[in-house]
Amino acid sequence: MLAEVKARVIAKGVAEGDLLVSQKPVSFYGGVDPDSGVVTDGESDIKGQSIAGRVLVFPTGKGSTVGSYTLYRLKKNGKAPAAIINGECETICAVGGIISDVPLVDKPEGGLAQFKTGAKAKVDANAGVITVTQ
Amino acid sequence: MELTADEKEMLEGKQGNAVKKSMEILCALGEIYGAKRLIDVSSVQIAGVSYDNLGDAGLEYLSELAKDGRARVLTTLNPAGMDLEDWRKLGIPEDFAKKQLEVIDAFKKMGVIASCTCTPYFIGNLPRYSESVAWSESSAVCFANSVLGARTNREGGPSAIASALTGKTAEYGMHLDENRQAQVLVKVRAKLRAVPDFGALGYATGKKIGNKVPLFVGVKRASVEQLKSLCASIATYGGTALFHIKGVTPNRTRKPTEEVIITQNDVDDAKVALTDAGYDEPDIISVGCPHCSINEVRRIAELLDGKHVKEGKEFWICIARPIKQIAEQAGYAKTIEASGAKFACDTCMVVAPIKGRFKCLATDSAKSCFYARGKNAFKTKFGTLEECVAAAVTGEWKAKQAKQAKPAQPKKTETAAE
Repeated sequence: MLAEVKARVIAKGVAEGDLLVSQKPVSFYGGVDPDSGVVTDGESDIKGQSIAGRVLVFPTGKGSTVGSYTLYRLKKNGKAPAAIINGECETICAVGGIISDVPLVDKPEGGLAQFKTGAKAKVDANAGVITVTQ
Repeated sequence: MELTADEKEMLEGKQGNAVKKSMEILCALGEIYGAKRLIDVSSVQIAGVSYDNLGDAGLEYLSELAKDGRARVLTTLNPAGMDLEDWRKLGIPEDFAKKQLEVIDAFKKMGVIASCTCTPYFIGNLPRYSESVAWSESSAVCFANSVLGARTNREGGPSAIASALTGKTAEYGMHLDENRQAQVLVKVRAKLRAVPDFGALGYATGKKIGNKVPLFVGVKRASVEQLKSLCASIATYGGTALFHIKGVTPNRTRKPTEEVIITQNDVDDAKVALTDAGYDEPDIISVGCPHCSINEVRRIAELLDGKHVKEGKEFWICIARPIKQIAEQAGYAKTIEASGAKFACDTCMVVAPIKGRFKCLATDSAKSCFYARGKNAFKTKFGTLEECVAAAVTGEWKAKQAKQAKPAQPKKTETAAE
């Protein structure tokens, strides 16, 4: 199975990995351990899972704007997500993606429901195309 | 978004890497929020200065930008994690201090003034009515928009730096007239006397209306210190970047149709919520969140004259260094330091690495209560400046506790539905 989904480009780059899908907003500052990449936010539905190397899918960011630096710190520690797909991107994630060189797209055609944890995806954030493979 | 020839050059990297990265940030934000163009800003306030928040990655990012990035407009800094000169006095560890000074050096290299205050408007970063700026620090953003009538979105640290290095911001949100209109009419039916009353008003309103823009009616007057406190509180507990007070603030606004009422009970309940029961011997007393005005320092000197801070207690007066210098010239600093109270210049309770050092904070700041609890796991006592000074001197919290409103009194409790 191969599906191509158009999305809006926020931070450029190309990357692929296994999808990790959260239904809830993500706070990088205080919500993800910058040294391990493990989600620590008690309100998160992916608490305890590592975002390192994954194509991380979540509706939008929340919390402190320091979260942009947390994403940068994750990248430097080799624990950042390979790419990010947002429902609707906001300042914290957009800035985090740009300064950390993590490809980021949002508003995928057909919404976020089509993405399932465990499937593989390639995010081309130059062309604005997500390719989902099983 | 349409870019000028100069802006295109910046985005293409012809004016250096730091400028290129900055333009990528500004253009992405413009894209997300539907801006049609970039506009010039006249000043920048950068938050995200404490090494406690930045960590090594933040420091690395700043050092990278500092290689070829230079501020193009007046740019000031938020508080750091310590007093940059007297950090030993506040018990800051040596290795933390070394890293914090590296952060400051990176900013200085970029031509940023290491003002390290959350009240830039007290030290000369003072935009005028209708001027567009790019500020971070939620309380200062709210003050700039609401009290000064300047225009700024709630920037994060990196987006504020991007504006500093380019002199630009994307034109969306608070820069546009239509987004500056009040969305909720807030009828205040409570007596507001001292600074914490305004902090409690910010708490009660923020909890009720979230990040909507309120128009307060029923507040007849407010001092700059009271407005500073309201800005910090409403931004912390609600998230708004702007409010209007009829007869007090300068912006024009339409009258909104949605309406809420803030009663005396709401304000009293806020004070109760900000004060933890028990723990009547706070071990840290701190005022100056946001940083103290010179008038607040004058009052503290009056209250502390001839008195001594109780042994084993710490009393911090958080302040911008230039304001402390005025306090020195006026003789206030001598009186205050003779009592054993300490000036904490360049820093504050919110960003200093003090988790684990104290158990209970006494403060006149509603914002301080939020961060003392959430970030440092302290208990909190919330009261007036006079009550805080009394706690520092006697070692005990004896403030008259506001009574929590009894819920089952419909005749006396006004609601928005009336």
